[in-house]
Amino acid sequence: MDFVRKWVQGLFFLITNGYWNFPVSRGIYQGPLKVICSPGLNCYSCPAATSYCPLGALQQLMGGIRLALENGQIYVGFYVIGAMGAIGSFVGRMICGWACPFGLFQELLHKIPSPTFTIWRPLRFLKYGFLLFMVVLLPLFAVDSFGFGQTWFCKYICPAGTLEAGLPLLILQPALRESLGLLFLNKLAILIFFTAWSVVASRPFCRTTCPLGAFYALFNKVKLVKLRLDTQRCTNCEACHDVCPMGVHFNESPDDMECITCLACSKACKVNAISLEIGGLPISNQSPYRTPQAQSE
Amino acid sequence: MKRTQKPSIPKIRKAPFVAIFVFLALGAVGISLGEPSRVLEQATQVCLACIGIG
Repeated sequence: MDFVRKWVQGLFFLITNGYWNFPVSRGIYQGPLKVICSPGLNCYSCPAATSYCPLGALQQLMGGIRLALENGQIYVGFYVIGAMGAIGSFVGRMICGWACPFGLFQELLHKIPSPTFTIWRPLRFLKYGFLLFMVVLLPLFAVDSFGFGQTWFCKYICPAGTLEAGLPLLILQPALRESLGLLFLNKLAILIFFTAWSVVASRPFCRTTCPLGAFYALFNKVKLVKLRLDTQRCTNCEACHDVCPMGVHFNESPDDMECITCLACSKACKVNAISLEIGGLPISNQSPYRTPQAQSE
Repeated sequence: MKRTQKPSIPKIRKAPFVAIFVFLALGAVGISLGEPSRVLEQATQVCLACIGIG
């Protein structure tokens, strides 16, 4: 299944970054597909990007809300939040495991042989702070004299933007190098930090910082496609603990907000206690109509 | 007399469908307000400050 997942990740990477004419045009894609929401974290200033980043678009809309309202335009983010919410309600953080280019980047880095460290679990709460403050509240309320807010997360934190947009644009447009300053150095340091951290720990950005993952995590209890635990089959052998890239103890918290539905636990489970379900209906070789007698056989 | 136990029939969860409908409706409101054109306008321009340049 991990093989299939890697192919799906690669496919989503290519779909959301399908503009391969950028070495010739030396600019970004400007076609109509950019009205489509990228499910994962994928900077829309990336020269190859063919869809918009929901986080970037949301910050832009939050930052420009005053000016828009003054001009009689009710641009308050319904379109972007609607798209994000529909994706979240459908698959939740499965996007992180199957469709996020930056998630794939971290996974590939973690394949480099190195000592492995765990991530202190309370750090996972940081990403909800980034979502609330840097994506919503600061762009909305910290405005300049013209009433325009900044894209705080993109500008000061997002390593995906530096990797996918900042560095490629500096290569494609050498004139931009004259504009570099402390801001870019700060962002480059953050990218290097997360790159190094990804080598020695599994998905550190997803687990501690990503506001998009935090948003999708809010849907982990109500999402349509999710993993289910058969408590009658589960022997609490804890085989699912060791394989989870997000540090989830699935047998203890099947609706954990960190679960990215990568199915690693399902594969590791010797008693087939973990299966995928859609809207409450299991999709697996286990019969949903098993009686207790049948289970004991 | 031996009691037979009814097999457990999985329930369809309604919450995901409600949530999907609500957010699609929200998106439709956004479309009716013309937000996609604003999003497209932003997404087709390079915001240098947003990526730490300039």
